[in-house]
Amino acid sequence: MIPTPHVDWFALAPELMLLGAMGFSLLGAVLIPRENRRDFGALAAGLGFAGAFVYAIVIYVHTPEAHSLIADSVRRDRFGALAQVIIAGAGLLTVGVSYAERMRDEHIGEYYALLAAAGAGMCFLVTANNLMTLFLGLEWFSISLYILCAIDRELEGSLEAGLKYLIIGSFGSAVLLFGSALVYGATGELAFNRISDAIAAQHLTGDALLVAGLAMIIVGLGFKASAAPFHMWTPDVYEGAPTPVTGFMAAATKTAALVLTLRLLREAFSAEAHLWTIAIAAIACTSLAWGNLAALVQQSVKRMLAYSSIAQAGFMLIPIASDNAIGGRALLYYLIPYSVMSVGAFAVVTARERELAAPVTLQNLAGMGWERPLLGVAMCTFMFGFAGLPPTGGFVGKFYAFSAAYRHGWTWLVIVGVVATAVSLYYYLAVVRAMYMRPATELQLTPTPVATGGAPPRDLPLQTAVLVAAFGTVASFIAVEPLIHVAKQAASSLPF
Amino acid sequence: MAWLTTALILLPIGGALLVWVFPWDAFTAGSIAVLVALAEVGLWIDSLVRFNFNQGGLQLDQRTNWFSDLHVSYHVGMYGFSLWLVGLTVVVQAAAIIYAFWSGRTGARAYFGLMLLLTAAIVGVFTAQDLLLFYVFWEAMLLPLYVLIGVWGGPGRLGATIKFVIYTMAGSLLMLASVIVIGLSQGTFDLTATWQSSNNWIFLGFVAAFAVKAPLFPLHGWLPDAYRESPPEVSAVLSGVVSKAAIYGFIRIAITKFPEPTRDFRTVILVLAAIGLIYGSLLAFRAPDVRGVIAYSSLAQMGLITFGVFAVNDLGLNGAVLQMVNHGLITASLFLLAGGIERRATTGEFSRLGGFARGRPILATVLMTTGIIALAVPGSSAFAGEFEILAGVFSRGWGYSVVGAVAIVLAAMYMLRLISAVLHRDPGPAVSPEALDLRPAELGAIVPLLACLLALSVWPAAITERSFTNDRARTDVNMQFEAAK
Repeated sequence: MIPTPHVDWFALAPELMLLGAMGFSLLGAVLIPRENRRDFGALAAGLGFAGAFVYAIVIYVHTPEAHSLIADSVRRDRFGALAQVIIAGAGLLTVGVSYAERMRDEHIGEYYALLAAAGAGMCFLVTANNLMTLFLGLEWFSISLYILCAIDRELEGSLEAGLKYLIIGSFGSAVLLFGSALVYGATGELAFNRISDAIAAQHLTGDALLVAGLAMIIVGLGFKASAAPFHMWTPDVYEGAPTPVTGFMAAATKTAALVLTLRLLREAFSAEAHLWTIAIAAIACTSLAWGNLAALVQQSVKRMLAYSSIAQAGFMLIPIASDNAIGGRALLYYLIPYSVMSVGAFAVVTARERELAAPVTLQNLAGMGWERPLLGVAMCTFMFGFAGLPPTGGFVGKFYAFSAAYRHGWTWLVIVGVVATAVSLYYYLAVVRAMYMRPATELQLTPTPVATGGAPPRDLPLQTAVLVAAFGTVASFIAVEPLIHVAKQAASSLPF
Repeated sequence: MAWLTTALILLPIGGALLVWVFPWDAFTAGSIAVLVALAEVGLWIDSLVRFNFNQGGLQLDQRTNWFSDLHVSYHVGMYGFSLWLVGLTVVVQAAAIIYAFWSGRTGARAYFGLMLLLTAAIVGVFTAQDLLLFYVFWEAMLLPLYVLIGVWGGPGRLGATIKFVIYTMAGSLLMLASVIVIGLSQGTFDLTATWQSSNNWIFLGFVAAFAVKAPLFPLHGWLPDAYRESPPEVSAVLSGVVSKAAIYGFIRIAITKFPEPTRDFRTVILVLAAIGLIYGSLLAFRAPDVRGVIAYSSLAQMGLITFGVFAVNDLGLNGAVLQMVNHGLITASLFLLAGGIERRATTGEFSRLGGFARGRPILATVLMTTGIIALAVPGSSAFAGEFEILAGVFSRGWGYSVVGAVAIVLAAMYMLRLISAVLHRDPGPAVSPEALDLRPAELGAIVPLLACLLALSVWPAAITERSFTNDRARTDVNMQFEAAK
């Protein structure tokens, strides 16, 4: 009789919900009549994400004390639960955005199954508590995303995006795995808290093997968070992947990677904080500089948003680099408006893409604000949010991030962030300019004529998702107190 | 009655949402906006009546935690001088909205919603008593202005908005860094708390933001384009009210919270203001069009008001507040009149204008009256304001007063040039004989502004003796001024 560890199934409920949704969606692809597959797949994935969302909230409420599960491999705490709420929420919105995507019928079941699987992997990753589960979670969602990027074979560049993501993502994973091995070699431990104990017990601070391992792990996570200089895959993949998937990647992948980075660095390597705070700050500055400068010259809106997401990763690395309680709060708070803004912005791009049947550039956004008032106003909200202007949660998020850096004693990092914000305004406002201030006559392509004439078909799920995202962006500005309270409780699960 | 200040902020926001959400036609949307703007004026009059000037200090204030872990709160309220500036805002906004309603903007719902939102943001700036809240409203002013200029502006609007945004954001982001550093190091963002700081860098961060927005020489690069390309009523708001937010910031934050840096940098700022005053006046004299004259005269007037503020004494500050209200009303009327002229002649260039007075007596009278008040003829409220400012700045050095006096002479020159180029001489090529006199709606927008100016000419002490309640009460803001003197 082999002793098996006790499993707290309830703590795994979000992942299980999503895995169940994946299974149903795949079954539906076989058993459900062709004309109903789209509805069934969306329903299964939607229910899965909604269930994960609710369960994550329940776990959050019922976990006042953090504890480890299944032989210390998974951690059940509010920190992970809040991240799962964000990921599941982003997934739910993505299902709404994806619903009307023109996809070949035979791939619909797989699309939603992979979306749910990726969500499950991310939910698992943010609760990982040792290097094995970390790698498992990382590969779990990465492989799902590789396929999702390439799923739409009709889409020009989709296959290319999948391949690029596969190769570069695998390289990142390999680096991370190598780093994990070095850390294991140095400490003899896999679980985060035991690594920390081992470093203290064996006086390993500054040990070459350990530091090399730590550096490689940071690099590996940097690939996933698409932080410069590990971002080179981002523009091509974001541009090539189906747009709803891009939105999901920008929101959820980044959430998972950043949250895990904070957890890992804080729980396992707090003794090395003097090293990694500087490394993370350097990565943050590089991302801010590179992302913002490259975004300035983009014409394709998806590429521009890709570079903007690199810059946003830089902003969100600032609180991690600050390594203090307010930083943890700042990161978790910022991820909430950031996720809804990302999904929302890419959803608007999706809608425009469907209307024009062409890649969306700044030129062919012309006049969109007047033709599609809801999408236009929402897109403005997202752009103002990314730029950190009130009244959006992006403003409060940046304020908290800068406050964390100041508390750490790094006023220079505040200045870097402020300058980067100033630069970013130019390209975020360029979208507003394109949508509202250029006449529609400048439009180089004409909207796809619909068979009956008149307005393009209503896309209620997408519009709902956009509306919810815009609402979330503004509401997170007004309701700072409750959200920060939640973020504070969540961050207090980490040993600050 | 603490809710009055909040109501002043929320009413226009509610109006904006009302205009945006429902599919009104242009006329209904405009009517709603006008009604909301007038209700806003009513609310302000109500607060004026309820404000106890003898008591002084912060009144009608309301405070709620916004995020408590960093001690940021929603804290609004009014001092005497904020009350006057809020009054200026609601009156000018009402005039601008009436003018816009009459001149008929395309996309009426979007337009009027943004105008109402702008009102709320400006009122917020003048009433915020929390640094972060102040910053939020400060930025919130920019967004509607950006869209208003960018969408409804003239042919060069895109360039104008880019310049405007880059200038103002560069300044205000420096202010954000200052806000974060000062708020966290003091442990509170509340402006009514009695902290003061002697950190020069933080002070300069604030000054940068205010100096760009005012604008002060040499940060006025955005001004001519923005004032020329905006719709006339937006120019009126921009130069009449938004620029005053910057001066308000100098008074409320830079001077009261940074007494030592104020003393250290006072001379530099006064000299820059002096340069701006003369330079702006000269440019106004050389400007080839109506709006150019008004724009550069604004630059000059901002220099003059800065004189009063950085004199940091009772005379100077009281005069500055009076002159802020004066200039706001004058420049708003002038921009609306410029809009009327451009509408009739399709151009504002002096070379193609002239002879407007013939057959258009009302327009001639209104323009003449406004112009005469603008050049600070003795007996006008502008004369009272400028006199107090010059008397105040005299204690910082007689040279400043000389510069100011010269500038007043220059003001007479450029204003008379404007008046004569538009009204007198032979009719210009762009002036058709059929061009109508001022319409009742235009009068409805401009005459109230003039009426306020005339009332202030009769009784300037209404403002000068009710801004800082000198010798009446030792209020916190007065004590902070004492430290700065």
